[in-house]
Formats: sequence, structure tokens, C-alpha cells
Amino acid sequence: MKSLKIPAYVFLALALFFIYAPIAVMMLMGFNQSRINQFPFEFDLVWFEALLHNERLLQGTGNSLLIAATSSVIATAVGTLAALAMRGIRRRTRAFLNLLLIPPITIPWLILAVALLLMFFWLRVDRSLLTLMLGHVTLQIPYTVLIVSTQYVTISSNYEDAAASLGASPFRIFGWVILPLIIPSVVAAFAFSFAISFDNFVVSYFLAPSGFSTLPVEIYTAIRTGFTPEINAVSTIVFFASILLVLPAARYLRFNF
Amino acid sequence: MFTTPLRRWLAFAPAYMWLILFAFVPLVIMLGFSFLSDVPFGRREPYLTFDNYASFFERALYQRLLGNSLGIAAWTTIGCLIIGYPLALVLARVIKGRWQAALFLLMIVPFWSSSLIRIYAWVSVLQRGGVIAQALGLFGIEIESLLYTYSSIIVGLVHAFLPYMVLTVYVAIDRIDRAYFEAAASLGAHPWRTFVKILFPLSLPGVLSGIILVFIPAVGAFVEPRLLGGPQGQTLGTVIEDLFVESFNWTLGAALSFVMLVVVLLLLVGVVILTRLRSRQT
Repeated sequence: MKSLKIPAYVFLALALFFIYAPIAVMMLMGFNQSRINQFPFEFDLVWFEALLHNERLLQGTGNSLLIAATSSVIATAVGTLAALAMRGIRRRTRAFLNLLLIPPITIPWLILAVALLLMFFWLRVDRSLLTLMLGHVTLQIPYTVLIVSTQYVTISSNYEDAAASLGASPFRIFGWVILPLIIPSVVAAFAFSFAISFDNFVVSYFLAPSGFSTLPVEIYTAIRTGFTPEINAVSTIVFFASILLVLPAARYLRFNF
Repeated sequence: MFTTPLRRWLAFAPAYMWLILFAFVPLVIMLGFSFLSDVPFGRREPYLTFDNYASFFERALYQRLLGNSLGIAAWTTIGCLIIGYPLALVLARVIKGRWQAALFLLMIVPFWSSSLIRIYAWVSVLQRGGVIAQALGLFGIEIESLLYTYSSIIVGLVHAFLPYMVLTVYVAIDRIDRAYFEAAASLGAHPWRTFVKILFPLSLPGVLSGIILVFIPAVGAFVEPRLLGGPQGQTLGTVIEDLFVESFNWTLGAALSFVMLVVVLLLLVGVVILTRLRSRQT
């Protein structure tokens, strides 16, 4: 494959350029004085200062973090519990249970969101933080079940059988034997859920109560109404924060580097 | 771990009840609403009707919008394949060791930041007088805005969905037993022949799941078409959004959502049957 090395590297570089160029431009604009995201570049921190006074954007970011953290905890807990029950059931049952996870993953989120909106209206449930959270967890559960069960079924049942035969209670078996073995996939499930929720626009857009918004919803309204260069500033912060969170998680999940 | 069947089912219950109550039941309710003249919580008394579906089949506009959604999704999938497949191939077979993990992370990190952030980034790159227009201006090339075109929608969507394609294809290629490649090489096969005869056919399951993970959500996309496509970006998705958010014709919105859902499910079933047939052949 030696002759292919150079074209491979060139392609890799081009692809990385495609992925990162807009993000790099956005970051530069965060530090640029231009009001309409144009060059020339003149270093300035005005937009970070403006961000400090942009209550809506800060509030939206806070809401996004809060919802992502809470919904991910719920989805990871519920998903892990279901994943643990996946072992020792008949193949067909497991195939069926796995099949049930596919529609929520593949159906366009727009459809799920408007269906939930209709149901809540019909039941006269007001849109609230709770309805929003319910929606986010629904999107996360299939992923958490799949991620944790994929690892759990590869682990030999000898460990828990041994613990059980020595008289350990189910809670003790879970806490001392199973959890330490599956913790990488539990962390991965949490990280993935967090990303899904933090990134989610559609469900928040349809299910958020009026006057409440998340960062993606704020950006959507901002783009539709004109430029808000503070978005570059907040996006830069979000991007670096996500790198800071992903790197240790990846290290922990044994990506060797 | 679970000593009785009851305990096992209790462990399944929270996750699956959640999915049933907040994914499957709402879809059934929406199906019901799509056959009503008005929503049952409005002022007018609703009656059963096929009007909502009739207006989809009678009005060429809606069919054109569905076609537009499918076209956008198809181009997005093609774009993701053209960039994503070689990328996954390079990551899995050319890059080795610590660089592999590092580059892999570089691919998925943007996925961890918000997609709306990335759309905003594209708006400022493509807009009139934006970065690309300015850069071309240095070479004396004057262009109008690149935003609000068909291609700007596709570029935004490919950027958004690329990680799914790279991930699924990468996993499929990585899973192939190295012994096949060694055998091919020791028998003197040209790398190209190894690719055509061994690597590509064995990576197809990953390609198929990548296509599903990109195409289906892309059919429902409305944010990228709206923000990057402007007037060009009318899709079934943007119309459904309008029906729910602006004109409050929820029963028509429900019917159009269902048309989209049926189309998507038919495609999904088609792909599944296709893979079954393939695996039976081999």
C-alpha cells in the first residue's frame, strides 16, 4: 500500500480542512471586531464582553447544560438497567427488544417532536421543563441501552455467578462486580447522551415552554433575525469545553494515545 | 443478576415503558389526528376525514416538496459517501498507532458541539461578502452570495452527517480479519484488486448502516434547508414546521408527517430486505 500513502494523506488533509475550516473561521470571528463576520482581522474581545451582557444567550447555554446533564443521568440509569437484563433471555426476545430501539433512532426527530407536541396538547399537559426533558430522554434511551448492552454481553457471566454463589446480594453484585467491568460503556453512554441533548434543536424547539430556550434555539432565532457575533464567542467557548471533556473521556475509554 | 423473570421484566420496564409512552404512543395519536378535520382541543368540532391526505395527493406542491426532501437527502448521502468512505478507509488501513486514535477523535469532536453552531459558521463563511467571497475577491473573482443555494444546503448537511458515515464504515473495515489482506498480498494481488475483491464487499454492511443513519434523518431535515437554503430550501420538513409553528394546521401537519414517516419506513424495509438477500447469497 506504500504507493497510496501520499494520496491518502492529501485526502485526509482535505477532509480535515472541510470539517474544521468553518469552525476555525467562526473562532477567528469570535476574536475579530467585525460586526458582520468579515475580514480584515483585528483582534478584539468585544464579543466576549458583549456575551457577558447577553442574558438570553447565557441563559440558553445554562438551560442546555442543565437539561443535558439531567436527561443524560436518567437515560444512562434507565438504559443500563435494561442492558443488564439483556443477558440470559432468549435470542428472539433480545432481537425483538433491540428492534424496538431502532425507530426512535432512525425516525426523523421532527416527526417524533411534533407527535409528542400533539400528545401533550391533547392531554392538556402544558409545555414545561418536564415535557422537554421527557423528549430528550426518549431520544437518548435507545443509544444508552445499545452502548451498555453491547459491552455487557461480551463479559463472561462467571464473575457474577461466583459472587452470587458466595451469597452476594444483587445490589452488591452490581456495585462490586458488574459496574467496575462495564463502567467504560456506562461513561460512553453518558457522554453520548450528553452530546445528543446538548446538540438537540428540534425537540427543544417544539417542546420548550414559551420564554424558555436552549442554546441551539437561541442560535436558530438569531440566524433568522440577523447577526449576533456573540454567538461566535459562545461557540468558541463551547467548542473548547467539549474538547476538554471529550479528551479525558476518550483517554479513559482506552483510545490509546 | 436477575433471579426471577419478574425482576428481569422490572429491569426492562423503565426504558421500554418510556419508549412506548413517549415515542410509540405519540406516533399512534398523531396517526389518529391525521384523519381528523380539526384538533379535538380546538374550537370547532372535529370529524373523520381523508381531506388531509387528499390534499397531499391532489396538490402538486406537497409532492414536489417530498421530492425535494428526498433529493436533498440523496445528495447528502452521496456527499457523505464520497468524503466519508475514503476517510474511513485511510483511518482504518493507512494510519497506524497513536495517530489513528488522535485523528479519529478529531473527526468526532465537532459532533460534540452543537450542529446549530456549525450552521452558523457556514452562514458566515458562505454569505455575501463572507470569507469565501472575500478570498476569491483577492484573486479578482467577484461572486454573489453562495448562501441560499441548493449546494449550500447539501454542504451544510454533509458537514453535519459526515461523522455517522465515517464511524460506521470505519467500524466495518476495522472488523475485517487482517489475514485476508495478508493472504491476498502473499498471493501477489495488487492492492486495488484486494480492495475490489475483499475490502469493499466486506465493508458493505457498514456502508448500508451509514446510508440509513444519514439518509433518513436528512429526509426530515428542516433547519439546514431553512437557514442555508432560504427560499430555495422549501422541503416537506420546513412545511411541517410552518404548519405546527405558524399556521397551526396541526391535522394537515400530522398527515404530512405521516407521509414522510411511511416513505422513510418503506426505504428502511427496502434496505433491510436488500441486506437479507445479499447475506443469503454469500
